[in-house]
Amino acid sequence: MQLAFGQVRLMNGVEGFMYPNEVGLQWSVLIVLYPFITGLVAGAFILASLERVFRVEAVKPTYRLALLTALAFLLVAPLPLQLHLGHPERSPEMYFTPHSTSAMAMFGYVYLWYLMAVLVLEIWLDYRRDIVLFSQSAPKLTRWIYKLMTLGSNNIGPRSLAIDERVGWIVTLIGIPSAFLLHGYVGFIFGSIKANPWWSSPLMPVVFIFSAMVSGIAGVMLLYMVITKLRKQTIDMRCVDTIAMYLFYIFIIDFSLEMLDLIHRVYEADESFRSLNFLVHTQLYIPHIVIQIFLGTLTPIVLLGITQVMKLREIVRKRIYVVAGCLTMIGIFAMRWNVVIGGQLFSKSFLGYTTYKMALVTREGLLVAIFLTILPLFFLWALIKLLPPWTEPSAHQAAGD
Amino acid sequence: MNINRRRILILLPAAAIAWKSVLAGTPEESPNYKMSDHWWSMLIDIPKCIGCGNCVRACAAENDVPDGNFRTWVERYHVSDENMTEPEVISPDGGKEGFPVATADAAKYFFVPKMCNHCADSPCTQVCPVGATFISPDGVVLVDQKYCLGCAYCVQACPYGCRYIHPEKKVADKCTLCYHRITKGLTTACCEACPTGARQLADLKDPKDPIHEFLKTHSVQILKPQMATGAKVFYNDLDGSVR
Repeated sequence: MQLAFGQVRLMNGVEGFMYPNEVGLQWSVLIVLYPFITGLVAGAFILASLERVFRVEAVKPTYRLALLTALAFLLVAPLPLQLHLGHPERSPEMYFTPHSTSAMAMFGYVYLWYLMAVLVLEIWLDYRRDIVLFSQSAPKLTRWIYKLMTLGSNNIGPRSLAIDERVGWIVTLIGIPSAFLLHGYVGFIFGSIKANPWWSSPLMPVVFIFSAMVSGIAGVMLLYMVITKLRKQTIDMRCVDTIAMYLFYIFIIDFSLEMLDLIHRVYEADESFRSLNFLVHTQLYIPHIVIQIFLGTLTPIVLLGITQVMKLREIVRKRIYVVAGCLTMIGIFAMRWNVVIGGQLFSKSFLGYTTYKMALVTREGLLVAIFLTILPLFFLWALIKLLPPWTEPSAHQAAGD
Repeated sequence: MNINRRRILILLPAAAIAWKSVLAGTPEESPNYKMSDHWWSMLIDIPKCIGCGNCVRACAAENDVPDGNFRTWVERYHVSDENMTEPEVISPDGGKEGFPVATADAAKYFFVPKMCNHCADSPCTQVCPVGATFISPDGVVLVDQKYCLGCAYCVQACPYGCRYIHPEKKVADKCTLCYHRITKGLTTACCEACPTGARQLADLKDPKDPIHEFLKTHSVQILKPQMATGAKVFYNDLDGSVR
């Protein structure tokens, strides 16, 4: 009977010895999505700040798109967490009675700060002139939405717009450390768990920040190229080349940090090393070594590197950017997967391994995960409809001006 | 309804019986229990454990532990002298129904009962985002299940694998050191069920508790001391291979 039970456990994907409560994973694919989504938010915002604060004029065509992308993804960011909670109805307790020693307790405040004090405010300031114009010229049905969005501030005189510009600059300046905080903080949630050697690392928040920048920049670059193509407009190659250059250099920093972490672990070879090493060579071999490192990191770095050192035709560069961008997104998703899921596949006794079986239609299943990945794109579509990010005059603007 | 003396005589005892059954479902109060007078811990005497699984069954029955999860469990270690750092460990169904017969070889076998270590500096209470899990003034790590979000951060933070998310209640669950019993002067269900006295509830604040003498005269360890959790489950004769 007991042997039969042992066999069942083996069939359930347990190898070696797991503490009995460890067999099932606590954090599912939804918790993989959370850092993936917030990473895109933080990265997109950093790209926007390149133009606003660091005056990188070349990336101006993506400035507003980056802000709207950040907002669209930020709106979805808490959903996977809510769906994961055993009692989502109790989540407001994190606002009312946050536990001062918990790394997670700050989540609500960091999220709200970033959403309201940074992103929404910056977008509103940047679009205020357009909103006022739309509120006068848009079709009746949508006019009231714009009227509401003006918040009663209809003055678009030069002095007023100059104040908007100045305040917007300050908000972006505050936004950069806030974006770092948002995602570095997510890294800290994992990095501060001393019970888990796969997570416990002071480098974790830094790696998260740089990987966020990589994914956000690649994401906005892809979105810009795809949307411009769909709009039958010309892709601004100076803009895309500049973004690709930043992506390349930040990717190198990100990869160096990850390798530093890896080399440190291998060389130090502490008590957890044998267990983790086994995991990386077995269950995590495909997602970690093949997908994350080779396909999702080294390949895009090499591809982007080629565009930096060789003079290539525009069409070739475009194709390389699209391929490198897609691979980057896959690589960063794999990185989140390997952190969250990989960190739960081994026993804290270092004597065994379990497997993650993703459900299909449950609350934390694959379909929900796919839905949550696509949902920000719908939000982005709605935001673009409401607040067109294009620099060329739209129908509304033409009518308003 | 016409109430006469005869009816009252019938109804009163019925009401008394009904009231008794209402009270039976209400936890008994412990008016004389003062939390600040206690600092609870547990002593586990490894050479005394025979791996019978009584403690696991008693705990499950006393605390309505869901199948597949464990507030306490027993592990059997099989350590050979060729590979002392990589023991072979089993805990079929948490050791609830005992263990298969060991093969006779030169290696050593021993049982290690596990449970929440009721750490004084517990990582699980540190990470709870709403403070739903806490350490009581008498040193017991508890979960307020009416407040817990079910985020499982505490499960991740526990180095000993002592916590789980209750499959029906969807909140964190763990050993309470039978708080409902020890505050009434009883011992825990696992200690009571142990036929060899391998588990002993101990009160570190009670100067008369035999734990003090035991700690002075035996080689006692805690699990994973490098985690600096202030674990309060003490193991006598703990082998270095135990994780």
